[in-house]
Amino acid sequence: MNITSADSAVSVRGLRKSYGPATAVDGIDLDIARGEVVALLGPNGAGKTTTVEILEGYRQRDGGTVAVLGEDPAGAGRPWRARIGIVLQFGGELQLTVRELVGQFAGFYPRPRDPGEVIERVGLGGLENRRAHQLSGGQRRRLDVALGIVGGPELLFLDEPTTGFDPEARRLFWDLIADLADGGTTILLTTHYLPEAEALADRVAVLANGRIVALGTPGDLGGRESQDAEVGWDTAEGRRTVRTATPARVVTDLAAEFGGEVPGLTVTRPSLEDVYLNLIGAQL
Amino acid sequence: MNVSPAEETASATAAGASRTEPVQEMTGPAGAVISPAGYPGYPGYPGSGGSAAVSTAARRAAGGLPTTGAAGPSGADAKLPGAWRLGLAAGRLELAAFFRERQAVVFVFALPAILLVLLGSIYGHDAVHGIHGVTVTVAELFTAGMIAGGIGATSFQNLGLSVVSERELGVLKRLRGTPMPAAAYFIGKIIQVFVCTVAEVVLLVIVGMAFYHLRLPTSPEKWWTLAWVFVLGTVACSLLGIATSSLAKSATNATPIVTLPFIVLQFISGVYVPFNDVPPWLQHIADLFPLKWMSQGLRSVFLPAQASALEPGGSWQHGETALVLALWVAGGLVLCLRTFRWRSSRDG
Repeated sequence: MNITSADSAVSVRGLRKSYGPATAVDGIDLDIARGEVVALLGPNGAGKTTTVEILEGYRQRDGGTVAVLGEDPAGAGRPWRARIGIVLQFGGELQLTVRELVGQFAGFYPRPRDPGEVIERVGLGGLENRRAHQLSGGQRRRLDVALGIVGGPELLFLDEPTTGFDPEARRLFWDLIADLADGGTTILLTTHYLPEAEALADRVAVLANGRIVALGTPGDLGGRESQDAEVGWDTAEGRRTVRTATPARVVTDLAAEFGGEVPGLTVTRPSLEDVYLNLIGAQL
Repeated sequence: MNVSPAEETASATAAGASRTEPVQEMTGPAGAVISPAGYPGYPGYPGSGGSAAVSTAARRAAGGLPTTGAAGPSGADAKLPGAWRLGLAAGRLELAAFFRERQAVVFVFALPAILLVLLGSIYGHDAVHGIHGVTVTVAELFTAGMIAGGIGATSFQNLGLSVVSERELGVLKRLRGTPMPAAAYFIGKIIQVFVCTVAEVVLLVIVGMAFYHLRLPTSPEKWWTLAWVFVLGTVACSLLGIATSSLAKSATNATPIVTLPFIVLQFISGVYVPFNDVPPWLQHIADLFPLKWMSQGLRSVFLPAQASALEPGGSWQHGETALVLALWVAGGLVLCLRTFRWRSSRDG
């Protein structure tokens, strides 16, 4: 059964966009179901931002069909804009406070979330009266998210949301995004950061040279699930590793051999990064 | 690619696993799929994909941060806020932001008053300027001219600089991504400019009255002249400021593009230098722009009637003033509509 564009949050067929002689997007097909979290991965210049900006209605496409929440973003009006949320990088040295900005953006939407709750939820509680230019980089990104979600969007666009975050801030941010997804928000994010795609996305689309070269869950992207695992353990002579299609059997054998716990036991599969670099490498 | 419901379920299951597992394995290398609590993919074990999916489903049922719009099509039925209400709210925030920005307050708002005090002091309060036996004090000339300059500062210069920086910093792009109607943005700017410009004129009139015996006009005709010169001048300068902002390729070159022509025009339009002292060829250049006509119109408001003989045309030329300013309003509007961009040129 095919999902029709009315059921899906995003439906893209044969999307094309060129800048002069340079082709940025070269025939992309993509469907995103409602409530799904999809990550667009790819090197710089792969066409991620162009694709997302066409879906957001910022850019006009050269070819193909696009339906976002059932409408063509190229001609969609204010009611459609009220249903999407866009998280952009905050550049401004704005003199307005967190409360003023989030309150102002809430006013743009017909059914906004409570600004105070949103501020609290993104972790800016207690900083309501701080001006935007007084916030740290991480706090500003949280403000970006607050501005993107205060309208209560059905579909949220996140462009490289955790660039420049420390691991702690990134973890808190992931929790926030996962929470939004759990609440039913459809999310399309672009990222360079593979663990981020792995942590957040139901599905990952890898872009290279304006095309989708792989699409799947983070676990089975590029046949990752079916590839051999590597079992490693410590012996008196040093570290030993075995590549195997049946890691459980190897572990069971090892356990029997050691009569219980196996020292330094690890079982690994190719990381998403390995798979990704293979996919990208094949395209370059 | 078409997604079947079965695949959807599968992806949701995988998502549940992927969303919860890395929390337990933060320090592990990416791709270390064995979890501390059990074997990977082995059903029934805590921490395996199956149970993680259940817990995620439970979390979804309990609801994270709920999506208002996801409740159904009713989200589209709710009425979008009107442009006037949003514009008024935006105007209040624009004003707050303007007066919190020390650089704007000093260099745009306070500078004309500072220059007025400075120039009056340099030339002397009682110095007399005159030809053909008609005389006015230099201080009176400067006050009228500086009010014109002040209107230019809080409209042309202020808008030119602020729109460039909002465009370059992505503020405009972000607003464009919301359902805010474009009109609300401009209504906000209009409110900010009019409030600032009225305050600027009041400030300069007070300075003129305190230091230079400036007298408020007494006849209704002069108040009417003040009103229409103010309104036409402010609108023309605001539109030109917004249009000029589109010429700037970055926030750093906005200052020369906006401020330089404004300073030059102030020198040749009777703001910093009495208009009679400006060489004729520069006077003819100034004739093309609104500032000269604004300062001439304001002289007609604040100077004695006989001072009209000092004007190069020998009269206040109210008809010509209104015509030139109205033409600039029309031209400025066309320029704005043709050149206004929500995104910086770097951004395509």
